Amino acid sequence: MSTTASSPRVVVLAGGLSHERDVSLRSGRRVADALRSVGVDVSIHDVDADLVPALVQLQPDLVWPLLHGTSGEDGSVRDVVQLLGLRLLGTGPRESRIAWSKPIAKTVAARAGLATPDFVTLPQSLFRELGARQVLDAIVGTLGLPVVVKPSRGGSALGVTLVTSADALPQAMVDCFAYSDTALVERAVSGTEVAVSVVDTGDGPFALPAVEIVTDGPYDFDARYNPGRTEYFTPARLSPELATSVADLAVAAHTAFGLDRLSRTDLIVDADGTPWFLEVNVAPGMTETSLLPQAAEAAGLPLGSLYRALVEASLIH
Amino acid sequence: MTEHPVPDGETSGPPTSSAAGTGTRLDRWLGSYAERTHGMRSSEIRALFAVANRPEVVSLAGGMPFLEGLPLDILGDLAQRVVATRGLQALQYGSGQGDETLREQILDVMALEGIDAHPDDVVVTTGSQQALDLVTRIFIDPGDVVVAEAPSYVGALGVFRAYQADVVHVPIDADGLIPAALESTLAALARDGRRVKFLYTVPNFHNPAGVSLSVDRRPQVLEIARRYGVLVLEDNPYGLLGFSSDPVPAMRSLDDEGVLYLGSFSKTFAPGYRVGWVVAPHAVREKLVLASESAILCPSNASQIAISTYLSTCDWRGQIKSYREQYRERRDAMVSALTEHLPEASWNVPDGGFYTWVRLPDGLDAKDMLPRAVTARVAYVPGTAFYFDGSGADHMRLSFCYPTPDRIREGVRRLAGVVAGERELVELFGTTGSTGHADVQQPGPDVA
Repeated sequence: MSTTASSPRVVVLAGGLSHERDVSLRSGRRVADALRSVGVDVSIHDVDADLVPALVQLQPDLVWPLLHGTSGEDGSVRDVVQLLGLRLLGTGPRESRIAWSKPIAKTVAARAGLATPDFVTLPQSLFRELGARQVLDAIVGTLGLPVVVKPSRGGSALGVTLVTSADALPQAMVDCFAYSDTALVERAVSGTEVAVSVVDTGDGPFALPAVEIVTDGPYDFDARYNPGRTEYFTPARLSPELATSVADLAVAAHTAFGLDRLSRTDLIVDADGTPWFLEVNVAPGMTETSLLPQAAEAAGLPLGSLYRALVEASLIH
Repeated sequence: MTEHPVPDGETSGPPTSSAAGTGTRLDRWLGSYAERTHGMRSSEIRALFAVANRPEVVSLAGGMPFLEGLPLDILGDLAQRVVATRGLQALQYGSGQGDETLREQILDVMALEGIDAHPDDVVVTTGSQQALDLVTRIFIDPGDVVVAEAPSYVGALGVFRAYQADVVHVPIDADGLIPAALESTLAALARDGRRVKFLYTVPNFHNPAGVSLSVDRRPQVLEIARRYGVLVLEDNPYGLLGFSSDPVPAMRSLDDEGVLYLGSFSKTFAPGYRVGWVVAPHAVREKLVLASESAILCPSNASQIAISTYLSTCDWRGQIKSYREQYRERRDAMVSALTEHLPEASWNVPDGGFYTWVRLPDGLDAKDMLPRAVTARVAYVPGTAFYFDGSGADHMRLSFCYPTPDRIREGVRRLAGVVAGERELVELFGTTGSTGHADVQQPGPDVA
C-alpha cells in the first residue's frame, strides 16, 4: 500500500445496473464532493467493463462501494475489489451477502436476540408449485393483517407494499416479484419508524442519533427522494431510555453481522416501546435526503470530516 | 389537486415538531412553492430509465434520432466555419422571434407539406417543446380543458399539467383522431360549460401510437374545431419521415387562422441544436414572441445560424431521405421481431416516424412489468406515460429509431421473455394489473 497520510487516493464506485442506479449515482457524487472538500483525492467509477482495468491501473489506496442494489450490496463487487488486492471501505463481501438478504438478516438478528417481526420467505416458484391461493390464505392465517410485502433483496422501497386486506395481497405479490424472484412477507408493526446509523472511525462502532421518519402515506420512492413529503426528526422523539435502546440495538446489529465502518439499521418502535429490527444496510444511501448524512449532521459531524475519518480508519486497520 | 404538505418547521407557518426534536422536511422553502409545484413527484420509473441508458440495456424507450446517420465531419467543418466567419453574430444575442434567414428557410421546409406562410408568421423556439410551453402559457388558465388524442405525447401532457390544464382524451383509430368522437367530446364539454382552449394533435406518425390522421379526416377535424371555437395545435415533428409516401398536406395548409403549427429540426436533423418553431396567425404570434422574450430573451443564435448554414449548404432533403430509409429498415426489424417473438401481443405497423404502439396480452400491466424488463436488460415506455389520467397500462411504446436492427431484434427477444414471465405471474395470482397510475410518468428528455 502506498503512502496515504497526506492525500489518500479513493475510488468511489457508483452506478451499476441495479434498479437503484440513479440513487447510487447521487450517493456517489455526494460522498465524492464531501471527500474532495477535505482534500481527499477521489474519483468516481461506474461498474462496467472498464472498471477492473481502471482499478488495476489506478491502484487506489481505497475503494468505497456506494452501490445500492444487486452486485453492490450482495458482496460480488466487493469480492472483485478484494480479488484485485485492493482495500475496501466498509463491510466485506461475505458479511454484505448476509445483510443483503432480508430473510437471512432477520434470522441472524433474531439469533442475536433482536426482536424482528414474524415473516415468511417465498420464492415465486413455490407459488407455482403449491397454488397461489392456498399459500396466500396460509400467510394471512398465520401472520394476520396487515402485512408488508417486500422483495427479499433490494432497497429504496421498490416493490414494497403495505397490505391491509387479503384482496390486495395478490397484486402486492406481483409488484414485489417485479423486483425479485423471492418475496418476504412480514407482519406489519405499527409505531415510530426510525433509522439508526452506525459508524466506526477507528475507536469502535458508535450510533449516530436516530432519525425518525414521518410521512403522509408510505415511505416510498417519492417520499424518500423528493423533499417535502417526509418529515424527519433527528434525534427521534423517543424517551432517553428508548433512544439508548435503539442505539444499542443498532450497534449490536452492526457487531452481530460483522459489519465494518458504516451501516444503517432500520427499525420500528411499537407502542409498548419494543424496537423491532427490520433490516440492516451495508451501503446506506448518501443522497441529499438520505438518513446517515442527516444523522451525522445532527451529531455535529461535518460530512467531509466524517467521511475522511472513515477513509483514514480504513487505511490504518 | 394534491394537498399541500404542511410547511417546513424551518419556515413560517405552524410548528411541526415537538419539544423532543426538531422536524425537517429538508426543504426550507416548502411553504413557498406555487400550487402547481406540489403535484410534482419523483418516480421510480424515472429512476429506472437511469439504467435504460446504459449500453448493456437495449433501450426501446428513447425517442432519440439515429445521429450516426449524419455526416458529422461535414457538420464539424460547418460549425467551425460558422464561428470563424460569423462568430460575432452567432455568439451574440439575437432577435426574439428568431433569425430572419432561418425563418425564410423554414418556409421551404414547410412547403413540402403544403404550408404557405410568411417569414413573419414564424417564431423560432428552443425546440418545439418550448413552443408547446409558450402556447400553453398564453392560452391556459388553471382548469381550462385541452383536448388531445388518446394516447398523447408525454412531453405535451407534462406541459399541460404544469399549467394546470385538464386534458380530455379523444379516441383514435388506424386513421388517427376519430371525427365523430371529437365532435361528441366537444359537445359534452360544451354542455358541461367547460372551456376548451385547444385541440392538441400529432397528425403524422403519432407519438406514441404511430398512426397518421387520414387526408380525408383533416378537413373534418378542422371543421369541427372551427364550429366549437377550438384552436388546433398541430405538432408535426415526424411529417417528413414517412416510409412509403410523400408528405401529406399539413392541417395548417388547410386553415391558416385556426391552426397553430409546431415544427422541429430535432427529428429531421439533430435535437442537440434545440431548434423548433411555431407558425401562428399574426395576433397570436405577437403574444408568442413577447412570451418567448420573457422566457428566454431569444433562441440560440449559434444553433440557428448552424442550422441555417446546414440548410443552405448541405443536401438536407437527401439527409431526410437517408433517415427515412434507415428508420424503415428499423421499423421492419421491429415488426418482424414482434411477429416472431410476441405473437400474443398486437401492434400497429407505422408507416413513418419512430414508434410502435404495442398492446400487451390481457391482464398485463406495462408499468408493473418495467422493473422486470430492466433486470432483463431491455427498456420501453409504459403506456401510462401517454394518458393524463394514468390509464394505458395495457400498452407500451417501443421505439425503433435509435438501436440497430440487430439490437432491436435482441431487445424484442428479451422483452418476450419478460412478457412470458409476467403472464405467468399474473395468471398465478389472478390479478388484472394495477389500476390508477394517477400521475403522468414523465421520462427524461432522452426518452420522451
